[in-house]
Amino acid sequence: MHKKQQVLSSLLQRAATTQRTLVATQRAAFHASQTANVEMTCRDAINTAMCEEIERDPNVFLMGEEVGQYNGAYKVSKGMYDKYGPSRIWDTPISETGFTGIGVGAGFMGLRPIIEFMTWNFSLQAIDHIINSCAKGHYMSAGDLKCPIVFRGINGVSAGVAAQHSQCFASWYASVPGLKVVTPWNIEDLRGLLKASIRDEDPVVFLENEMMYGVTMSAPDHIMDKDFVLPLNKAKIEREGTDVTITAFSKMVGFSLEAAEILKRDFDISAEVINLRVIRPLDRNTIVQSVKKTNRIVSVEEGWPQSGVGSEIAALMMESEAFDYLDAPLERIAGADVPMPYSVSIERLAVPQVDNIIKGVLKACHGKKQR
Amino acid sequence: MPKAAVTNKQELMAYFTRMTLCRRTEIVADNLYKAKLIRGFCHLYDGQEAIAEGMEAALTYEDAIITAYRDHCQAICRGDTPYRVLAEMMQKRTGSTAGKGGSMHYYNSKNNFYGGNGIVGAQLPVGTGLAFALKYQKKPNCAVAMYGDGAANQGQLYEAANMAALWKLPILYVCENNLYGMGTSNERASANTKFYTRGDGIPGFKIDGQNVLVVREAMKFAKNWCVAGKGPLFIEFSTYRYHGHSMSDPGVTYRTREEINEVRANRDPIEIVRKLLLENSWASEGELKDIEKKIRAEIDADVEKIKNDPEPYPEDLYTNVGIGKHYIRGINHPDLSQLEY
Repeated sequence: MHKKQQVLSSLLQRAATTQRTLVATQRAAFHASQTANVEMTCRDAINTAMCEEIERDPNVFLMGEEVGQYNGAYKVSKGMYDKYGPSRIWDTPISETGFTGIGVGAGFMGLRPIIEFMTWNFSLQAIDHIINSCAKGHYMSAGDLKCPIVFRGINGVSAGVAAQHSQCFASWYASVPGLKVVTPWNIEDLRGLLKASIRDEDPVVFLENEMMYGVTMSAPDHIMDKDFVLPLNKAKIEREGTDVTITAFSKMVGFSLEAAEILKRDFDISAEVINLRVIRPLDRNTIVQSVKKTNRIVSVEEGWPQSGVGSEIAALMMESEAFDYLDAPLERIAGADVPMPYSVSIERLAVPQVDNIIKGVLKACHGKKQR
Repeated sequence: MPKAAVTNKQELMAYFTRMTLCRRTEIVADNLYKAKLIRGFCHLYDGQEAIAEGMEAALTYEDAIITAYRDHCQAICRGDTPYRVLAEMMQKRTGSTAGKGGSMHYYNSKNNFYGGNGIVGAQLPVGTGLAFALKYQKKPNCAVAMYGDGAANQGQLYEAANMAALWKLPILYVCENNLYGMGTSNERASANTKFYTRGDGIPGFKIDGQNVLVVREAMKFAKNWCVAGKGPLFIEFSTYRYHGHSMSDPGVTYRTREEINEVRANRDPIEIVRKLLLENSWASEGELKDIEKKIRAEIDADVEKIKNDPEPYPEDLYTNVGIGKHYIRGINHPDLSQLEY
């Protein structure tokens, strides 16, 4: 539950001090006082979004391993079984192929399932249902079949869980027509994009990040509105800049913003950070317009480089008018092209860190005249 | 379980007519495939018509059905027409799925028919989801997930059946055992060929699938079982397909012509109904032959008309990928599809 009341007064008191705000929006103010903010963990953002949608629409239900009586493998669905009971919160056996197919069939008949994968690595067991049974259904049936389903779970790198539990699936699922692929970063994204995904008529692959679950973030309090939804085709410029465009999604948005701070402070480089929010459909327009302004681009992702999201953005740079505005080639930051190792000493070298992003930006900005 | 069926002239005439419609559609599809007007995969159902027909006699369109790719007759029995079914295979815009689906992808959500699925076994968890929805929505209906003896070895069947039993879902797993999964006989594929027992603790039974009345009574019993909240059943129908697995399989390398002819002579589903009608003097040979001739003429006329129907337009390539408009890239950039991004 969010600590809105306590936090609000302490925030107003702290209005004058610098704080590391991770969300940019300010309402146009007639007066000088701070916008009312809410603080919560990413975990709670997901929990509240699911609860509200379950309360709003009787067809919405949550299904997955340990989501009910265990309160969620990562405690994301904490309290939901007690609140809504076994008719809305379904504990399954360890049967990904089975329960994913069940979700798809339920979706075809008009229910709105939320299918949780304990991690997206386990979706490989069920990928046939996501792609062949679900994503292609609307097309093969010439519009007859619809499946308003959300598949969600943790994606990408956790900490020390090694090769079979650390893969990022953003680019795999984003290559499939018929799916939407959503990659939230902060609590505003998690609430707005998840509520939008549950309400959306298309099947949605919703990729969360375990490392962010416990992170407390703040956002304008309008995100707590029960009908707060974000569009599923728009990126967000988290930080405006003039010298280079950084595209990122999920946890890498936070790293990119940290890098942007350091780049400004130490190198006087003004970086524009784009939170992609949705990989499919990708908000190509926002990326292109940004590059037309900055003339340089760095793409950041956690997943493997080959055929990754950065590859798609590089292709966009070639195919769009952005090409004529580039002063340097696209710089691609991605996870190392290896299965994830275990020991932290090399795990750290397999996943992009803030230094890697700074290094990439410096390379992209090489030769840029400083004002 | 029922021991007898009660029927009358009207029922049998209706079964005879629609099974003949199904049979003729499949035979015509065979000819069209050989004439290269149908392409890709084409899996024919002739020999198995009593199962599709008998099921419909026991169910309503409020009950849901899902099957795999041998689906032309289920599509017809769920309310589609031979015209649309053939037009689809003939790649016409006037086909059931506007030329987008083909032989393996027929649907009719209004009549609760969910395909038409190309991946062997996938229809089983998805069908279990249909049953899940029916129970969730508190409807007094059941879902039927059809599969073959080949698909009986798919692990996902047992994952789904486990959940169906756990949650008492109103699902009937109907195995159309036509003795061969493509070119592999039951004995070469399955350690346990008693497919009705493969549900482990879930009850099941095996029954003749060639007699439409037997199928009907079995399905009535099974539906009542489901709707009473007793959970899933495994039903195995003994049946046979005259054609090979698909149009690319002559169907005689792994079985004998004698075997095929024996079924045609003694266990043909349409002949069984014809015999009942004649024995009870509910129809004459001539009347039944007239029905067959009429159906043959109608479908032939349909085919001639379909030949002149339009194929999908280029812009149809890009429709119904998802709901609502979004950027779709064509082959080249920019291309016909280019919606603004």
